[in-house]
Amino acid sequence: MDNQGDLWEVFIQPKPGRPFKHAGSLHAYDKSMAMEAARDLYTRRGEGTGLWLVKAEDIVASQPEDAESFFDPADDKVYRHPTFYKMPEGAKHI
Amino acid sequence: MAYDLSQEDPTKLAEFQAKIDAEIKIEPKDWMPEGYRQNLIRQISQHAHSEVIGMQPEGNWVSRAPSLRSKKILMAKIQDEGGHGLYLYCAAETLGVTREQYLKWLHEGKAKYASVFNYPSPTWADMGAIGWLVDGAAIVNQVSLQRTSYGPYSRAMVRICMEESFHQRQGYEIMHRMMQGNEAQRKMAQDSLDRWWWPSLMMFGPHDGESAHTSQSMQWKIKRESNDDLRQQFIDKTIPQAELIGLKIPDPNYKFNDITGHYETSDIDWDEFWNVIKGNGPCNKKRLDHHIKAHTDGAWVREAAAAYGVKQKNKLQTA
Repeated sequence: MDNQGDLWEVFIQPKPGRPFKHAGSLHAYDKSMAMEAARDLYTRRGEGTGLWLVKAEDIVASQPEDAESFFDPADDKVYRHPTFYKMPEGAKHI
Repeated sequence: MAYDLSQEDPTKLAEFQAKIDAEIKIEPKDWMPEGYRQNLIRQISQHAHSEVIGMQPEGNWVSRAPSLRSKKILMAKIQDEGGHGLYLYCAAETLGVTREQYLKWLHEGKAKYASVFNYPSPTWADMGAIGWLVDGAAIVNQVSLQRTSYGPYSRAMVRICMEESFHQRQGYEIMHRMMQGNEAQRKMAQDSLDRWWWPSLMMFGPHDGESAHTSQSMQWKIKRESNDDLRQQFIDKTIPQAELIGLKIPDPNYKFNDITGHYETSDIDWDEFWNVIKGNGPCNKKRLDHHIKAHTDGAWVREAAAAYGVKQKNKLQTA
């Protein structure tokens, strides 16, 4: 069988201080090859100043079919949002 | 090809269509009808193969580019095409088919790539025409596909579109500079347009009525605009660009329709279109043979890298 290497997910930080964002994936046989391939594949035009590489098999993901029940504990907690609270007429800077 | 949707759970199918209609993207782990998956497997892999095979007509000119500037540009463009192929293979792999399998289907002739790459590139002007017309046509298609319903495909398209506009502009610049050159250079540019005009229009595929996949693809929003609509967009953009630099569109019947606001052109030679798709174009065999050879010759590199990867893993475990 022709071996194309492990699948890695690539995350780019566009500039210092910004969150890392998923950019895509690639195949590589080890960490350093993954890093070089990610640079050549995803940052040819100054797209970022930082890269994270994660092996796809190491990612723990929520299941789309469970999404509704999994996330619904947040649904009945409107008091977590600032708009829930009534401010007195004329209150400023709040 | 019509897929047998009667095999699918009608409730799930209705929910799926409702998501599509609400413009909610489909992600790899979401439920999808088998027909949707098959349709994407065919379209995305064909798109990936096109990017990679498309490196060949341009690779032909790297060693003979007329200046260091043009050589650097050409290499950057070819590197982009390789990258675009990789983005698309990764998107296609999310559908549960391996990279190895996609390449196998290509090598066995079971998967197609854009027929336009089965035409030869005998002159330097062809580097201009390919960038301007072939990439130009691809951009029209890809801009539309940014809104495709499958998330990984859409994201790959967004990235590709950001990179692709340099391709078209560098091609048009080559044509413009040649048209400002001497008689022989102008002739070479015109000859190249004459050869690439029709194959570029063919890139959008058969007329809507003849297109096997269009109606289901449009319902599922895999494709967002029809072949003929996209082709017309390309024609309307490209003809004024040709006229601006003094090139003549190789179609005696083309004219601007003041009422519709669109250009009208002769019909495509569909016999030629189908003939090239069936494998009888000038370079079909050459392109595929070259890909197989490069892949086979490179097997030892992958084997060595895989062995090294295993070694690294074992080192970590024993450390």
